[in-house]
Amino acid sequence: MENNRKAWLYLLPAFLFLGAFLVYPLIDVFLYSFEECYNFASQTYQGVGLYNYSYVLHDPYFLQAVKNTVLLVVITVPVSTGLALALSVGLSSIEKLRELFQTIYFLPYVTNTLAVGLVFMILFKKTPYTDGLINLLLHLFGGPTVDFIAGPYWAKMLVLCIYTVWVVMPFKVLILTSALASVNPMYYNAARVDGTPQWRVFTRITLPMISPTVFYLIITGFIGAFKAYSDAVALFGVDLNAAGMNTIVGYVYDMLYGNSGGYPSYASAAAILLFAIVLTITCINMLVSRKHVHYV
Amino acid sequence: MDYEKLEKRAAARKRVTRAVTYALLAVWALVVLFPFYWMVLTSVKSYGAYNSEYIPQLFTLSPTLQNYRDAFTAVPLARYFANTVVFTLLTTGLMLVVTVLAAFAFARLEFRGKDLVFTLFLSLMMIPNELVVITNFVTITNAGLRNTFVGLILPSVTSVFYIYLLRESFAQVPNELYYAAKVDGTSDLRYLWRVLLPICRPTLVTITILKVIECWNSYVWPRLITDDQNYFLVSNGIQEIRENGFGRENIPAMMAAVVVISVPLIVLFLLFRKKIMAGVARGGTKG
Amino acid sequence: MKVTLQHVTKQFPGRGKGARAVTAVNDFDFTLPDGKLVGLLGPSGCGKSTTLNLLCGLLKPTSGKICFGDEDVTQLPAEHRGVGMVFQNYALYPHLTVRQNIRFPLENLRGKDKLSKPEMEQRVRDAAALVQLEELLDRKPSELSGGQQQRVAIARALVKTPRVLLLDEPLSNLDARLRLQTREEIRRIQRKTQVTTIFVTHDQEEAMSISDEIVVMKDGVVQQIGRPQEVYDSPVNLFVAKFLGTPPIHLFRGEVHNGRLLLGGAAVLAVPGVPEGPVTAAVRPEGFVLDEQGPLACTLNGVEVMGRDISVVCRHPDCENTVIRAIISAENTVPAGGTVRFALKPRKVFLFDADTERRIPFEA
Repeated sequence: MENNRKAWLYLLPAFLFLGAFLVYPLIDVFLYSFEECYNFASQTYQGVGLYNYSYVLHDPYFLQAVKNTVLLVVITVPVSTGLALALSVGLSSIEKLRELFQTIYFLPYVTNTLAVGLVFMILFKKTPYTDGLINLLLHLFGGPTVDFIAGPYWAKMLVLCIYTVWVVMPFKVLILTSALASVNPMYYNAARVDGTPQWRVFTRITLPMISPTVFYLIITGFIGAFKAYSDAVALFGVDLNAAGMNTIVGYVYDMLYGNSGGYPSYASAAAILLFAIVLTITCINMLVSRKHVHYV
Repeated sequence: MDYEKLEKRAAARKRVTRAVTYALLAVWALVVLFPFYWMVLTSVKSYGAYNSEYIPQLFTLSPTLQNYRDAFTAVPLARYFANTVVFTLLTTGLMLVVTVLAAFAFARLEFRGKDLVFTLFLSLMMIPNELVVITNFVTITNAGLRNTFVGLILPSVTSVFYIYLLRESFAQVPNELYYAAKVDGTSDLRYLWRVLLPICRPTLVTITILKVIECWNSYVWPRLITDDQNYFLVSNGIQEIRENGFGRENIPAMMAAVVVISVPLIVLFLLFRKKIMAGVARGGTKG
Repeated sequence: MKVTLQHVTKQFPGRGKGARAVTAVNDFDFTLPDGKLVGLLGPSGCGKSTTLNLLCGLLKPTSGKICFGDEDVTQLPAEHRGVGMVFQNYALYPHLTVRQNIRFPLENLRGKDKLSKPEMEQRVRDAAALVQLEELLDRKPSELSGGQQQRVAIARALVKTPRVLLLDEPLSNLDARLRLQTREEIRRIQRKTQVTTIFVTHDQEEAMSISDEIVVMKDGVVQQIGRPQEVYDSPVNLFVAKFLGTPPIHLFRGEVHNGRLLLGGAAVLAVPGVPEGPVTAAVRPEGFVLDEQGPLACTLNGVEVMGRDISVVCRHPDCENTVIRAIISAENTVPAGGTVRFALKPRKVFLFDADTERRIPFEA
């Protein structure tokens, strides 16, 4: 009895925090999303129903955000995973300078996304005073100059994708390098003695052996990219709707607070829609993986 | 078959592969490093010089520290900085206390319903932050805690994942140590402090580092909960500088501010490189 | 395929600054006859695994030549050597089925060696039949027992009809009963395929029981090469004598005087032609004959009955082993307690120079 009380005492702080800021909000967000015409000032609502969802789904800003987010996911997840795989394989095949490269590659992980985003902005931006470094390079190779920050949609999307890949690479390279290091070298020796060509060693042995890790990175990559927000803020500023570069998470926050803010009900509906999407995609991923991933 | 030729061809192919590998690795290293170089470079160019460069110069012969002076005087960068340090230290400290106590209860103490509670607890890991932030915003606003450290810190304190990580680490310490301590009349708290924590130091270091990185870079919650510059953290500060910074578009000064907020974590990283990378490999998620 | 090693030496760079290079294999010179089963035997760290890796091409020798038949393959990379290798932990690809594992080397064949699908299937079936695994072709390696995994590894090594088959400690991961069974299996498969086979082991009994020839190594240097019985009956030095045989050989501090071997002052054996002076005398356990008039007197400790044989456990002051275990036929009766006396079989006694540990021959 005394033991019981003591244990709960140890758990009390954690449970208080979790209850107040995780469990209660989780229930509450569903309630919000069904309360129609919720007034933040008077904290009253007029009815219960699906109006909030319908509003969000018909909001052009939301649809734009969904389009942006989906494009971002579809482009950056394969690109970053593939690039990380190539770099990790390269890293594992060398000895000299390996630590140096690993250290450099990890740097973006420990930098402030907002701050370094500004550097990307000035690199890509075109102003009356200067075309910016990237445009200079484009010009050098005979290309047209484009304002990547306030110009056409594809240019803005391109910068966002480049910056996102830059930001997510450290984690992926780190995880893949350690997965590659954990493959027992005896398999490579066996393959060599059997005269296996390099590319076949990679596709038939290395890749299947690290497939659980690759798959883990793809799933977390999907989830992470669907929640993209601060990268976009860093590049295009807080008013993402005006820039046409909002993401779903950005839409949620804008609904909650900021220029168009004050609508927790719409925000809740949008957030729940987002997680319905993420959940569906993750489930599909899981089903696909069962077929293609080898778990020892 | 001509073995010598075969051998030579294999060696040549190996050299080419090696060269291509190094080239690819070097290119990415350049891509990673270049923004850092550019931000430092721009931060030491004078305002006039920067704005008169229609074609950006890749180096400067007359570096100046004026931008750093501007960054600290024209905008309250020092205040953002101090706020972030306070926020990071308090949040991490509180998180450690709460996490250690809970992990100890789950790992070491016996109580009724422990398995059920732990399972429910683990299922909380699946709740995404973006869902709960809405209600938290309303809660904190209604409690009148906007623009206070309390409002900033409280919702960021607990992490189910860190409790789980630490519990696993605690659970690996042999039971005999606990019984031996009990026989010697050691209290639970003393055992926790003198035996368990020293043994599990690597995990503690890991979660501390991860939390510090998370705090230093946190943007969304502070943005929602503060609109008074006196409570801005560096991320919000930098965004504020960007939106209506120095009264005019002063990019060199902006870059100086960026350098200042980037340096602490980079220094921390270079000092504890191995530990941080191992920690992130175990428990990191960003990406 | 005859395999020849000519003065093969392998050195590894020492670790740390100024460290001296480590010589793992020193001047290995030997021709393996075609179609034989050869056991490479020695304690751990003697260079036998390095020798195996030199043969399969995973390592290149520092100096010397390796030939398969008349071809010099010294510089040929492992990929092109066409050897089959069974690794100590089998190295079966865990994500592939048994069938896919065995087929793997065949899929690497290119150019004129390229096989069609049905040909591959046939070869896989043949290899599986050889090691009696037809039933298990669709299982994953993790679903097999250790012995079955071992056989898959052998099938995978044999399926490409290698010029040479190499086995690295093939039995070390099996339990005692399976070990006995599997070594017979290896012998049978080798006889049937007639492929030149080299296997590495630290277990002398294993090597003796199935090899056509054994190579005993120590510290990177070959000590002796020969048929197992020959090496057992006529070891060239003290190391080989000690390394072969269970129970181990017994060593006595002795002296030769007037063509007689003296142990503890008693003349126990006539050793004509041996120079005077101190020697190390080694006696095989089966070299003792119970004899009431025998010259070698030992203090009896007890008797261990083993069925067909009995082992007489006793002590002698000049014996370097803690106890002597003399193996004699169970038909003998051993006196209870006190002193037991033996005569020695001259063919089971070897003399070694006390300093150089080389064998000193004598007319038995």
